[in-house]
Amino acid sequence: MSEREAILGRVREALRIPAPLPGHGERKGSREFSRWLPPVGDSLEAFRAASAELRTDFRLVDSPEAALAELRAAEGWKKIATHRGELTTPACASLGLPVLTVDSGYDVQDLEACDAGVTECDALVAQTGTVVLTSRQAGGRALSVLPPHHVVLARRAQLLPDLPAAFALLKERYGANYPSMIALITGPSRTGDIERILVLGAHGPKKLTIFCL
Amino acid sequence: MNAFVRGFKEDATRLAGDLRHRGLIQAALNKYYGARDVKKSKYQSWEDARQAAAEIKWEAINTLDKCLVDFTAKLEARGTRVHWAGTAEQARAIVLNIVREKKARSIIKSKAMTSEEIRLNDALEHAGFEVVESDLGEYIVQLRKQAPYHIVFPAMHLTRGEISELFERELGSAPTDSPEELTMIARRALRSKYIAADIGITGANFAIAETGMISITENEGNARLTAALPKTVITLLGIEKVLPRLEDLALFLPMLATAGAGQTLTCYNTLYGGPRQPGECDGPEEYHVLLLDNKRTHLLADAEQRDALHCIRCGACLNVCPIYKNVGGHTYGTTYSGPIGSVITPHLRGLQEWKHLSDASSLCGACTETCPVKINLHHHLLHNRRNAVRQNPVWWEKLAFIGFAFIVNRPVLYDIGKKLARIGQLFHPLIKGSPLDPARAWTKTRDLPELAEKSFHELWRERR
Ligand code: SF4
Repeated sequence: MSEREAILGRVREALRIPAPLPGHGERKGSREFSRWLPPVGDSLEAFRAASAELRTDFRLVDSPEAALAELRAAEGWKKIATHRGELTTPACASLGLPVLTVDSGYDVQDLEACDAGVTECDALVAQTGTVVLTSRQAGGRALSVLPPHHVVLARRAQLLPDLPAAFALLKERYGANYPSMIALITGPSRTGDIERILVLGAHGPKKLTIFCL
Repeated sequence: MNAFVRGFKEDATRLAGDLRHRGLIQAALNKYYGARDVKKSKYQSWEDARQAAAEIKWEAINTLDKCLVDFTAKLEARGTRVHWAGTAEQARAIVLNIVREKKARSIIKSKAMTSEEIRLNDALEHAGFEVVESDLGEYIVQLRKQAPYHIVFPAMHLTRGEISELFERELGSAPTDSPEELTMIARRALRSKYIAADIGITGANFAIAETGMISITENEGNARLTAALPKTVITLLGIEKVLPRLEDLALFLPMLATAGAGQTLTCYNTLYGGPRQPGECDGPEEYHVLLLDNKRTHLLADAEQRDALHCIRCGACLNVCPIYKNVGGHTYGTTYSGPIGSVITPHLRGLQEWKHLSDASSLCGACTETCPVKINLHHHLLHNRRNAVRQNPVWWEKLAFIGFAFIVNRPVLYDIGKKLARIGQLFHPLIKGSPLDPARAWTKTRDLPELAEKSFHELWRERR
């Protein structure tokens, strides 16, 4: 007998005796997550407030080109990385910097040396200040986490109220064939492992900037 | 008394009197309490959310066979290699096989309590492989050759001074008292490790049966790098991690963050459903998922305590436990400490050897009240005590209860007993707490409550 069958056999044997009902003996069967989670109100305001708390730099912009140029000047970028996209390609090209485009493969050292990774996203979640992106649509797994600054170019229409809406969207968009990674990114990388004191930029980006058109 | 009990008692006695240790833990936890309360209060209904979470985990665990079959079928359909391990030994052998086959030179790991459970690092190092923990807290305790102090905050017991000294000694960095600088020292030290590693090993917080994905929750980004850069990635998880549906995460992710660390949502919540897929530019060529039983089915077979498998390892019950706060995480001598550890360790490692943990409780119920999936923790501590005695009755306790029942059922004897006790009490201070004292276990550090001069019965008779 394979180990799989042995374990499944033990599971089935164990489950022959029913367990008492959950949550100290009752079963309500209700699944209205949105009614219990923190309220959202106006999505844009909520996203702004969440971003401020998380220290995400969130800005509504008219032109991603101008916004990126401003960042580049402020931080002295020498080289950036991005993926092919409707928003990312023209915006990054407009900077006149060396741009590493990851879509057809890249060298990890090269990506590590970039000052910023610029990506698009699938959605923004107002409730939590979260960026939702996938390995298929936002340049793989490393682009949004290896460079020290992650810049997201998003559209206002991508802003969703809450997490249930975000998961519904993922199912609708990818249900037939999911990408190998779906990432929910909520603020710049952080840790509190030393005396529970917050430090940004533990292993991932120290900065997260979201430009919303 | 077995060695585990002796160790527990010695360490607990020492640490409960260590004011510095207690101060450190209290300071860390106070920050947690503040943040958690603020975030919890934002929920429209934390209680309804808890109830739903309990029901969803109940459904998952009570249909575990189906959930596991769905989960693994979906993963395999997209090129993941699924392994099943009945025991810790099998799990170690499976990982070692993969690592050997890949001729790995260095291995990067993100947090996985299951790997502590099966002592994976020891096995890998013993076989000559370098393994680096990438979570900052885990990295710190690894450098100290210690086990994690807490399932969510592994280095909670250390001060920045101690960490600075450690880095100075192990990494040759300059001393500093800034947590920020210390974090950056670790960041720099680990960056090159990610890039050089041929194998990445991760844990998992949830396994989604519906879509065949694992979900990892973390703040630092180390798990994301671990699952992105190496050519081969292995995920270890216990079979109880399943959730039925993808959308269940919309409830579980925020609840885990709030209960575990006082956050609205943890910084990175990432789902992985396979190796690099066609059209993707990076990710591992090979993805392995290892499902670990290691006595979980033993716990599953106990219908009364089955809900202990609902645990999402948020650590909230540790944080509120008066025992944990006083004796600290290492004293338990177990992979999983605190109330949940006391409940499950007897199932995973033997009731008679680990029953003492269920005695180390004030039964205050703070753990049950705080648990986001409503596990009946403090009742399970009582269940363990009962089961331990049933399995291995103590003759003198039995005798004492027979004697007690004999006396209380006979008012005359009971009366005499009371009178004798009142007289005996007058002399008790002479031997209180000394080896002659029959109540020594209690009176060593506490006073005995005084018997009233008159019993209720006597007062009733007088005043009627
Ligand atoms: S038992 Fe409950 S409170 Fe304790 S770690 Fe598990 S889920 Fe959290």
